Amino acid sequence: MSTSKIKKYGLACLSVGVVLGIILWGGFNWSMELTNNEQFCISCHEMKDNVYQEYKTTVHYSNRSGVRATCPDCHVPKEWIHKVIRKIRASNELYHKVMGTIDTREKFEKHRLELAKHVWKTMKETDSRECRNCHKYDYMDYPSQGRRAIKQHMKGFDEGKTCIDCHKGIAHELPDMSEIDPSATLLEHGAQ
Amino acid sequence: MKMQAMLKMVLLGGALVCTTQVLANHVQSLRGDSDLTEDTMAPEVKYYNKDGLPLDRDYVQQPPLIPHKIDGYRITKKHNKCLSCHSWKNYKRMNATKISQTHFESRDGLVLANVSARRYFCVQCHVPQTNAKPLVENEFQPVEILRH
Ligand code: HEC
Ligand code: HEC
Ligand code: HEC
Ligand code: HEC
Repeated sequence: MSTSKIKKYGLACLSVGVVLGIILWGGFNWSMELTNNEQFCISCHEMKDNVYQEYKTTVHYSNRSGVRATCPDCHVPKEWIHKVIRKIRASNELYHKVMGTIDTREKFEKHRLELAKHVWKTMKETDSRECRNCHKYDYMDYPSQGRRAIKQHMKGFDEGKTCIDCHKGIAHELPDMSEIDPSATLLEHGAQ
Repeated sequence: MKMQAMLKMVLLGGALVCTTQVLANHVQSLRGDSDLTEDTMAPEVKYYNKDGLPLDRDYVQQPPLIPHKIDGYRITKKHNKCLSCHSWKNYKRMNATKISQTHFESRDGLVLANVSARRYFCVQCHVPQTNAKPLVENEFQPVEILRH
């Protein structure tokens, strides 16, 4: 083969590679986008009949400004690498979908504490990164917040607390909390 | 005889129509004067007061009023958002008022180790305030000891 032929082949291979790469890459990102919206999340009744119904009554669904936070806004990271990791972990959800782990309200409630704990742990580890995509405390105008919010925010951030430490149950009903904080439940421990 | 009965019926019917007409035109309530057959203006929206300091009580046994917003706070069998600040375990950290000792008593006067079911649903007795004007003048005076 002459050098010019090698060059030609090389170029052809390269361009096929590039085109393939673009298609695969695009397809990959496309599928990530396709699965990154509320419609997709609530295509499973496990999500639609439980958490979605509850979320619809909260401030992140309807508020005076009309800005909505959807499921992926709080549950799927924005940065690419974190997003890929979350998506891979989400294949676990497919497994449990097939197994019917939470396919009734009763089963969902039974598993809820465990699921919530996963979410809390993730948010704690990321310093509530997804919340802070929208709410940045550097831009919080304390004087326009309520009395309780100002006090707790200034104190809380000084002590290194993060949003989820204080704002559990912001979008969904909470699980049975008698294990986490019995003083805020109906549990009558030690009572007759 | 027949004529008389007919006449009576007609008169009665007429009277009935008239009175319902009169009544319909003058349905009067504390919330305003409006014709039953007409659409009325939606009442003005009332706003909850902003977070503030605890409000004064007017009598000794009064359940204190809620001096802040409670929109979106849920009280369910599984969790009570109010108690996440007002329980004896949480009140100090959250700078809140703690619930009264009476809230631990069962119906039979037993003292329980946690809040009693009969006091669990806070908003049965405690309410936040809005900017609504009272519909009638209130001349209630606090008892002597609370007036000063
Ligand atoms: C194929 C059906 C299906 C779809 C689509 C789906 N989910 Fe789920 N999801 C499940 C099931 C089943 C579980 C329970 C997993 C388990 O038991 O560990 C779950 C669990 C979760 C959890 C708890 C995670 C944890 O770590 O325990 C979150 C958060 C969640 N889903 C959010 C979402 C969001 C956001 C979307 C949209 C991007 C979504 N789900 C789409 C079926 C689905
Ligand atoms: C997509 C952007 C977005 C994300 C993500 C988001 N929020 Fe919000 N949040 C909003 C908007 C918009 C409002 C309503 C503002 C208003 O009052 O108009 C709001 C309101 C709130 C409020 C005020 C509630 C009230 O009753 O007034 C709290 C508390 C809050 N968010 C906490 C959180 C926490 C905690 C997270 C993370 C788990 C989070 N938010 C994630 C956009 C977001
Ligand atoms: C130490 C506890 C604590 C931490 C940490 C905390 N908050 Fe709050 N936050 C509160 C309290 C208490 C309120 C007022 C009561 C309420 O709204 O339920 C509040 C109120 C708010 C409000 C409504 C403000 C108003 O007055 O209109 C927003 C928005 C909010 N928080 C967002 C956040 C976000 C975002 C984070 C993380 C960056 C965060 N908070 C961290 C305790 C905390
Ligand atoms: C404002 C942020 C926010 C939005 C929007 C949001 N979630 Fe969540 N989600 C949370 C938080 C925080 C938790 C952890 C449990 C808690 O504190 O309620 C959670 C928990 C969950 C769980 C675990 C079960 C549970 O109730 O704890 C599932 C499943 C879930 N979310 C799915 C969804 C789906 C589906 C949507 C869209 C319909 C959605 N979430 C929208 C913040 C959000």
